[in-house]
Amino acid sequence: MNRVSAQTSPLTAFLHRRLPRLPAKIPSLSICSSPFPAISSSPKSIFTTSTAFGTSDFKHIFRKSVNFTDLIFVIGDDSVRVCGKSSLRSSMTKEAQNERDDMLIDDPEPQNEQIDAIPDEFNPNYLKAYYGRLFPHADMFKWMSYGNVVNISKTNSMGYIYTDGKHPACDQSYFGRREFSFTLDNDIYLRFQSFKSASELENGIKDKCPFKIDIGPVYSVDPSKRLAYAQSGDNVFTPVERELVFDIDISDYDDARYCCSGADVCLDCWPLMTIAIKVLHTSLRDDFGFNHILWVYSGRRGVHCWVCDGKARRLNNEQRGAIADYFRVYKGNNNSKSKVSLVGSALHPFLVRSYSDVLRDFFEKKLLCSQQLLSDERYEKILEMIPDESITSELRGKWQDSRRSTSGKDVNVVRWEQLKQLLQSGKQKSTGIRRCVEEIVFSFTYPRLDMEVSKHMNHLLKAPFCIHPKTGHVCIPIDPDVCDEFDPTNVPTLSKLMREINTGGMQVEADKVAVWERTSMGKSIKYFRESFLQPLMKSCKEDIEVSYTLKLQQSKNSLNW
Amino acid sequence: MEEKEFRSRQYEGVKRKNEKSGGRRSTGKEEKRGNPTEMGALIHKLHSENGGSDCSHELISKNEVLWKSWRRRRTRSESGEKVVRSQKKASSAPDGVSTIPLYRSAPTLEVRLEDFERFAVDRLLGPVSTSLHSLFDNDEFIGINTFCYANFILRGISDALARGKKPDEMEKLVSDLWKTNMRHPHASEAIDKDIISHFVLRLVYCRTEELRKWFLSMESTLFRYRFRLETSDVHRALMTELGIPYKVVTNAEFEGLKEKLSQVARSIGQQISNPDTVYYKVPWEEVPELVGSRRVFIKKGYAYVALNQVVSFIIPHFRTHLSKALVLTNRKWTSMIREQEKDRLTPIVEALSTSYLGPDYNQDKEIGEISLKDIDQLARTSFPLCMRHLFDSLRDDHHLKHGGRMQLGLFLKGVGLKLDDALAFWKAEFSQKVGVERFDKEYAYGIRHNYGKEGKRTDYTPFSCQKIILSTPGVGDHHGCPFRHFSEENLRAALGKMGVSSRELEQVVDKAKARHYQLACTLTFEAVHGASCDAGINHPNQYFTDSQKILKEKLEFVIDFGLSFELSRTLGRFYNLKEFEVVRKWLDGNNRQSMDIRERFLWR
Repeated sequence: MNRVSAQTSPLTAFLHRRLPRLPAKIPSLSICSSPFPAISSSPKSIFTTSTAFGTSDFKHIFRKSVNFTDLIFVIGDDSVRVCGKSSLRSSMTKEAQNERDDMLIDDPEPQNEQIDAIPDEFNPNYLKAYYGRLFPHADMFKWMSYGNVVNISKTNSMGYIYTDGKHPACDQSYFGRREFSFTLDNDIYLRFQSFKSASELENGIKDKCPFKIDIGPVYSVDPSKRLAYAQSGDNVFTPVERELVFDIDISDYDDARYCCSGADVCLDCWPLMTIAIKVLHTSLRDDFGFNHILWVYSGRRGVHCWVCDGKARRLNNEQRGAIADYFRVYKGNNNSKSKVSLVGSALHPFLVRSYSDVLRDFFEKKLLCSQQLLSDERYEKILEMIPDESITSELRGKWQDSRRSTSGKDVNVVRWEQLKQLLQSGKQKSTGIRRCVEEIVFSFTYPRLDMEVSKHMNHLLKAPFCIHPKTGHVCIPIDPDVCDEFDPTNVPTLSKLMREINTGGMQVEADKVAVWERTSMGKSIKYFRESFLQPLMKSCKEDIEVSYTLKLQQSKNSLNW
Repeated sequence: MEEKEFRSRQYEGVKRKNEKSGGRRSTGKEEKRGNPTEMGALIHKLHSENGGSDCSHELISKNEVLWKSWRRRRTRSESGEKVVRSQKKASSAPDGVSTIPLYRSAPTLEVRLEDFERFAVDRLLGPVSTSLHSLFDNDEFIGINTFCYANFILRGISDALARGKKPDEMEKLVSDLWKTNMRHPHASEAIDKDIISHFVLRLVYCRTEELRKWFLSMESTLFRYRFRLETSDVHRALMTELGIPYKVVTNAEFEGLKEKLSQVARSIGQQISNPDTVYYKVPWEEVPELVGSRRVFIKKGYAYVALNQVVSFIIPHFRTHLSKALVLTNRKWTSMIREQEKDRLTPIVEALSTSYLGPDYNQDKEIGEISLKDIDQLARTSFPLCMRHLFDSLRDDHHLKHGGRMQLGLFLKGVGLKLDDALAFWKAEFSQKVGVERFDKEYAYGIRHNYGKEGKRTDYTPFSCQKIILSTPGVGDHHGCPFRHFSEENLRAALGKMGVSSRELEQVVDKAKARHYQLACTLTFEAVHGASCDAGINHPNQYFTDSQKILKEKLEFVIDFGLSFELSRTLGRFYNLKEFEVVRKWLDGNNRQSMDIRERFLWR
């Protein structure tokens, strides 16, 4: 856990050797060590410290002599910390170990190459700065309290002021009963963390600096005190509320895409996620009547969905399972040829709508060509899904003969038309055969949910605005209305954000614009606040109001009784 | 065969418990039968939902009430009036349609103590109770044949659910079970029996979370299939009685959604035959099973439920109500009634619930004793793999760690190893490694502790499969479930050692891989014994008893076959089954060598 990489003294010694004019006494100079001292976000300290030592001097030394690029100076009240690329730590450790071996310092080539090869890799050293200056703690708190906010008036680093008044029906223990789970370096899991207030949450995150933050359910009692309650028996420690969540991973689509596999994703296969969002979002809104739905990029290979309506949070496991089953068409069985079976003389209206509004067009206009589904080496897989032997041999015959499309049209499109024509012609009496076209489309395009995540209340899910530890991508929300525009390859990354605040941080912050707004994730935070949080807060307050009046009425009635 | 014996044992258990708990029940038939009982009032008191406040008042006047009721009953029975009077009848079925009771309020009727128990057992297990009854009356042991026809309602449902029966099979099963068990010559009495048995079982099953869960799911299933068997008139009547708040979809709305609704109907293979099919507009949360299987149309959070699907939202209503009532009953039971009724109801209630939990195999007296000299033979023939592994490890290493000592020690206690023998057994092994002195000092305590002779003196019960499967053996531990905790290689070796043939071995390993540990164990049992085990293995001690039973049967078969002449002659002397049981027991005690038996049998 403790990632002390370079002791202060060898480093200082090294600096002194390199830079004789450096003041003899440096209060504390270290290369990111943990546990971190708190970062002061006040710009004043940056100025005083940087004037005292001359930040540019540091930059100069490091660039010049160790040949590090992309440095970030995180300057605290009594310390200066230097964050560089991930290789910086190891190289400095080496350097510290072989202090007298100047060769290493004079020959920095290998490290440099490494730096350039992985420019956006996740760097734990940046994380502290991210949590300190960009992570929207207050918004997360506001979201997770669902209107049960205690009256606080405090300005935090995000420039946010809590102004919610305390309503008599507010459940002040609500936020404190929510489980947070932190994953630290080396896969150390800290489960059942809980926080009483926004500042406690913020400090907790900043102190522990977790690689990953997961959000669990709201329990009947404070989860950090669960052991005390466990002794009293009678199972008082149970989850009582939890957002309805969905998790879709692109790695589950490996048999439907040829461009990538596993956790990789490119612009050719990402649209599979986009249509999953479209299908589910429409159904959650129109069928189930939910209004507060947040879609979040999971940082690498998929999307998460948080349904936050009060009704959704209070669903029991059986009802969650029912929704998950309602969405399930795909039966992930490796032994059967066709993975989707649509039986019955008609399809459920939800499936009909998904098919005609989203899936069909997407399949025919995009996926067919982008994945070359009916190209010579791939069409067998689709033919296998057709149960009628005579049809498959007819198609196979046609396609083997005419390898080149004469009309100039894409060969996949031409073949798809032929297939459709044959399957849906009047000759085919059995609905099983006619249904085949839909089955093929569904099995390639229909959303594939990770069912277990949705079925149970106590499943953890990664919080929005986390940094994915493998990619360094920020898990930013996706606006379902414009989800087509979302580009997973152009998501703000931790190091990009660091560069942005670094250049900004060195400037005079006289202007009122907060740090986060200038960065590339400003847009995402804005969307989160304005399109998700605000309407949610409004309806939460209404809910609280309604339940309060109901309660009043009830107590009145019981008095009359 | 197994089942009936199992059952017979259970009832012996029930009987024993009742006798043990003493009190009024054992003081004599006369008192038990003649004692006036205001059970109805009691049940009512227990289940009534607003009655919490006047408990103390009731407490004070309880004797008075009993006295009054006794007098009332006497007057009534003298004048030939029916003892039973139901409030239910007045409230239900106003339009003459006979409905299923919803058990909203407890009956205020008088119940004889024996009915109290008999009805409940009928609902729980079926006509087995007739013989149970005779057991209590200490009449002649009626015999095993009665058990052959044993059907049981709640347990039957539980079994069927566990076997994954399909809905139409369930429907038939429930209807059959109900007809055989709950029928009564008078319709009104049948309703009373229904209500009384339900409320008695509420008492029985309210006491722990686990019991409540089981009861809730069984009663809901029972209600569901009874509901399905009724006509739509009854459905309507029940919905009115339940006060279902959902609105029927208006014509205008129906017209707008007609196409979608018929789409749904066709997708589940139905047609909207008549245009006036009634649809209810229900929050979708109320009908999760219909939503999950996409059998309803949903829009903006509302599901459109056809009249033939209403059972789906009736059940949750029924369930929630029952669930709340059970919790409430539990509170009342533990806070006051248990103590008040400790001589009368408490023994019955406690005995009844064990028939769900199954025997705990805590030194079952039916098993008899096993002696030290037989233990190696028994381990080879009748120990389940987990115990056999522990046993062999102990023999090899002369040591077991704590978890192993607990698991094996309690198992041995359960199969009938007496404390002195147990001490001798463990001592013989451990002393080879740690010496006699250290054994006496460090390990003997633990063994006496297991037998409830040390510490808090709890008579610990042997571990069930569930507990063993969930245990987490560490390095050097031998306990746990081999099907779960062994590597595949080790499991194969161990199974081979038990004599499982290669074909069966594959099946067992497959089951273990699929995490069906108990099924794997059951298959092993079947492979080793060459006999089927329908009930499945749920407890190592059950494995042992079932194994012993089969071995005995096999032995009897040998005797039957080889010595048919002698046997038939001998058997001819058994005038009744009771005596046959005696012989069987005698046989059982001597089944070690068939030659030995043969000679003794002939001698007899």
